[in-house]
Amino acid sequence: MTCLPGHTEKKLGLVIDLDTCVGCQACVTACKGWNDQGYGAPLSDQDAYGADPSGTFLNRVHSYEVQPQGGAAQIINFPRSCLHCEDAPCVTVCPTGASYKRIEDGIVLVNESACIGCGLCAWACPYGARELDAEAGVMKKCTLCVDRIYNDNLPEEDREPACVRTCPTGARHFGDLGDPDSEVSRLVAARDGYALMPELRTRPVNRYLPPRRKDAREEASLLAPLLDLQAQGFAGWLDRMLGKMG
Amino acid sequence: MNPAPSVIIFTVLSGLGFGFLAWLCSGIATPVGLHGLLGFALGYGLAVGGLVASTFHLGQPARAWRAFTQWRSSWLSREAWVSVAALLAAVPVALGALAGREPGLWGLVAAALCLGTVLCTSMIYAQLATVPRWHHPLVPVTFVLFALAGGAILLPLPGAAAVLSAGLAAVLAIGFRIGDGRFAGAGSTLATATGLGGIGAPRVFEQPHTGGNYLTREMIHVVGRRHAARLRSIAVAGVALPALILPLLPSVAGVALALCAHLAGAFAARWLFFAEAEHVVGLYYGRRPLPEKR
Repeated sequence: MTCLPGHTEKKLGLVIDLDTCVGCQACVTACKGWNDQGYGAPLSDQDAYGADPSGTFLNRVHSYEVQPQGGAAQIINFPRSCLHCEDAPCVTVCPTGASYKRIEDGIVLVNESACIGCGLCAWACPYGARELDAEAGVMKKCTLCVDRIYNDNLPEEDREPACVRTCPTGARHFGDLGDPDSEVSRLVAARDGYALMPELRTRPVNRYLPPRRKDAREEASLLAPLLDLQAQGFAGWLDRMLGKMG
Repeated sequence: MNPAPSVIIFTVLSGLGFGFLAWLCSGIATPVGLHGLLGFALGYGLAVGGLVASTFHLGQPARAWRAFTQWRSSWLSREAWVSVAALLAAVPVALGALAGREPGLWGLVAAALCLGTVLCTSMIYAQLATVPRWHHPLVPVTFVLFALAGGAILLPLPGAAAVLSAGLAAVLAIGFRIGDGRFAGAGSTLATATGLGGIGAPRVFEQPHTGGNYLTREMIHVVGRRHAARLRSIAVAGVALPALILPLLPSVAGVALALCAHLAGAFAARWLFFAEAEHVVGLYYGRRPLPEKR
């Protein structure tokens, strides 16, 4: 049923640290790599080596420039993927029941064998989290690597989404945001994590941690201590003599 | 939004067909005998033709039957149910008309279902908060008025058609004006989309990918807006013209001319409905809403 569950036992989701993300695109690659094999239709590419390459991705990393009131502009790398909203509009618009939110962990998934590829869920999503696969004709979206996180065949450290596992700077965190004592919830509380486009009342589970305040750059030159050097010995005598010759 | 021809043809034709069927079933001016049969055949042809065209944009058309399952939450699913109910409900009315019987109370039920189908179609768009231009009560009003005006022209019911056409032209013009301010009014900006507004005004530094993707093709589609002002004039003039043509030319030629004007206006308006609609996801890619005044 595409009616949303009133309550989910867990709220699994991601916490993305915009202070730490360096925009290396490793999460994009890891996501594409993992989701090319295993769960559902592979993420296809069209004209991959041609003049107009295009493909399906579940995670995209944007790059924004923000100009603070004073000081230099900041570059912020911004990964964008499904936020597993509590009031997911992509679920309720689905005419076939293919799009659903799981009661046990809150993950929003697509049953690809029931998807007719009408695209309405992608229209309903404010975050561009859903892409219709041109090869399979069905809607693809982040599954929070549902085939990894409960997978007993994987070593325990690998039982987290591929993007989290691969992030070289530790900018991505995975956990239960419904449990106030979980590591991710404590991180969100400590760093003032926030939701995207709250005005659309989708109540996203994923949270973003804002970039920390940058240190203020010293107004004086970095070479200031060196500029104060007083020449000693012969150089000092030469300095004084040359100064007198003026 | 991408103005896909299949969706434009579907909404215009099925809207006209269901509007026509609604008038035929209402009993206000139901033609009888062979005349009636031809009328209903045309109505069914337009409505069903439009519905079939709508399956052309599906990724998996063979599974279209599954769209009947989620009527409790999905307007698209409700549209599937109501359209089939309307087409079935109109069968006894059509057979009765062939035998020369008045539609009666059942005819009113069938007429309501026909208009209900158009309403469901419009709600598929009007429900989307992500496309502020569509997320407004005038959208369903416009869709239903298109159906009623087009149907009245086809019947022909010149008086009603003239009044409805004039009303539709006014609502369309007001809708264009209101729609222009909807995106800004909804309050979504790159600052709310990224949550970075607290630091300063964000702007796109670099795109996440150099090529296009499904999002840019489907929802961040910018096409032909250069002619938007002209197309708006064509749309409003097209749907308004039958209000002049029908009283001045009370003949078959007049009805044909009025229908052509109405359809030209309808296709222009529906093309603009998609082409001018802006999805909030465009913010992530640095798209800003269209300027309010043009």
